[in-house]
Amino acid sequence: MHPAASVIVFTTLSGAGLGMLAWLGFDSTPSTGWGAFGYYFIAFALAVGGLISSTFHLGHPERAMKAFTQWRTSWLSREGVCAVLALSIMGLYAAGLIFLGEAYAILGWIGAILSLGTVYTTSMIYGQLATIPRWNTPFTSLLYLTFAIAGGALLTGKVTIALVLLVAAAFVQVIWWKKGDTAFADRGSNLGTATGLGDRGAVRSLAHPHTSPNYLMREFIHIVGRKHAQKLRVISLVLMAGVPVVLLALFPVSHFIALLAVLSHLAGVATSRWLFFAEAEHTVGIYYGMR
Amino acid sequence: MTDLPTSTEKKLGLVIDLDTCVGCHACVISCKGWNTENYGAPLSDQRPYGEEPMGTFLNRVHSYEVKAEGQVAQTVHFPKSCLHCENAPCVTVCPTGASYKRQEDGIVLVNESSCIGCGLCAWACPYGARELDQAEGVMKKCTLCVDRIYNENLPEVDREPACVRTCPAGARHFGDFADPESHVSKLTAERGGMDLMPELGTAPVNKYLPPRVKDSWDDESVLAPFLEPVAQEPKGFMSWLDKQLSRLPGDVKEMEGAE
Repeated sequence: MHPAASVIVFTTLSGAGLGMLAWLGFDSTPSTGWGAFGYYFIAFALAVGGLISSTFHLGHPERAMKAFTQWRTSWLSREGVCAVLALSIMGLYAAGLIFLGEAYAILGWIGAILSLGTVYTTSMIYGQLATIPRWNTPFTSLLYLTFAIAGGALLTGKVTIALVLLVAAAFVQVIWWKKGDTAFADRGSNLGTATGLGDRGAVRSLAHPHTSPNYLMREFIHIVGRKHAQKLRVISLVLMAGVPVVLLALFPVSHFIALLAVLSHLAGVATSRWLFFAEAEHTVGIYYGMR
Repeated sequence: MTDLPTSTEKKLGLVIDLDTCVGCHACVISCKGWNTENYGAPLSDQRPYGEEPMGTFLNRVHSYEVKAEGQVAQTVHFPKSCLHCENAPCVTVCPTGASYKRQEDGIVLVNESSCIGCGLCAWACPYGARELDQAEGVMKKCTLCVDRIYNENLPEVDREPACVRTCPAGARHFGDFADPESHVSKLTAERGGMDLMPELGTAPVNKYLPPRVKDSWDDESVLAPFLEPVAQEPKGFMSWLDKQLSRLPGDVKEMEGAE
């Protein structure tokens, strides 16, 4: 799959922002006033910034309101509905903390659940697609949720929990990669089943429909970036979990150390998301004798 | 809503005969010609006369080679357009309701004025039947020429999809698969019509007829017993001339024997 920058930025930033909102909502001893403002400003900037960036790849962003209508069948629509509800309710909860110094715990709980729900709906947009076997597994949701919760813990300064969750996220990531590497072959789709000619002999592509690449090939076949996939996996793990864990475990916690840990983590998640798309193989590639 | 209909009254679709298709791409051109100036946004081209030209097509023809062990390789031309699946995964993923499957005839369509161009339906389609138009930013797909098949302004002979109407080899057939007596249903039953990637559970309406089994070099033709032998013994003057010439050296047979 073509790794579109807008979608990588969106899933990375929104995941972290919504994970942060979940921790803030569940917090039984929330800070109030300016302290709360700082946390919520960062959380909303990440979540909203990510959501806005996701509209950049749309052909007609001015019709985006229509995307709230089909929640009965469409995970993309559910994501939109969930995101607006989560941000509205967490906005009310945050206003209570910042301006009134009051914690309306029930709002926080509902907002936190909706925030995690939004991450889940995002993961299901990818996880539902039978056409991309690497994504088509419940582990995709586990991956997105673990990353969001670990990133949220890091961003809200819950150092001990963050250490555990970052290591857990690294484990989930490795399992997801390992399962993903055989997913396409396990599904059993090949040029034989794609053309129905497989029982007659070996099928190979002789000629593409047109001499130059088309929309389908650009969108679904991305081979160039896979060359360095193994190296990028290591880099992603080191930045996402390794560096933050070392920084938090070895140095006394300060704003500077925390900032370094957060930046490293986000860069690692973005690398993971780039690989998420670049390594994904779509069944359309079969028809072109490519992956 | 982008719910799929539980059943459709008709199941309109195509039968594509892989035995007959000669790979001329006439269906590709007639499809583009009709659909660029009728239903919805035109099918744009990018850099049509430049390097790496690119464009939106609703129908494309691939060419494959099939080679069985010990057999000669066979070329199969393979036209591919929307299969109007009964369990269309492209419809249910649509966040705006722009994609829908018609209850009355099963055609899968895009309401372009509701399409936000997110591309998710193209991701959900295993066959590459949907293409996001690069100029209009909306999703384009085969409409089964919905603006031809019911169009009473056209002569009756033209009320079928442009690709079917134009195919010079008769490799494409249009009809209602819900009717077991229809031309397409009978063809599918007689020739063993196939689904593409059945393992994905999309239940395509369009069917592909496999190439017929070809004879091999070693087979004797079924017509052979009915043919007169081509080489006959000469008679009369020609027979005498043949004998006399055979006595002279330099004959092909003699040279072969000398080797």
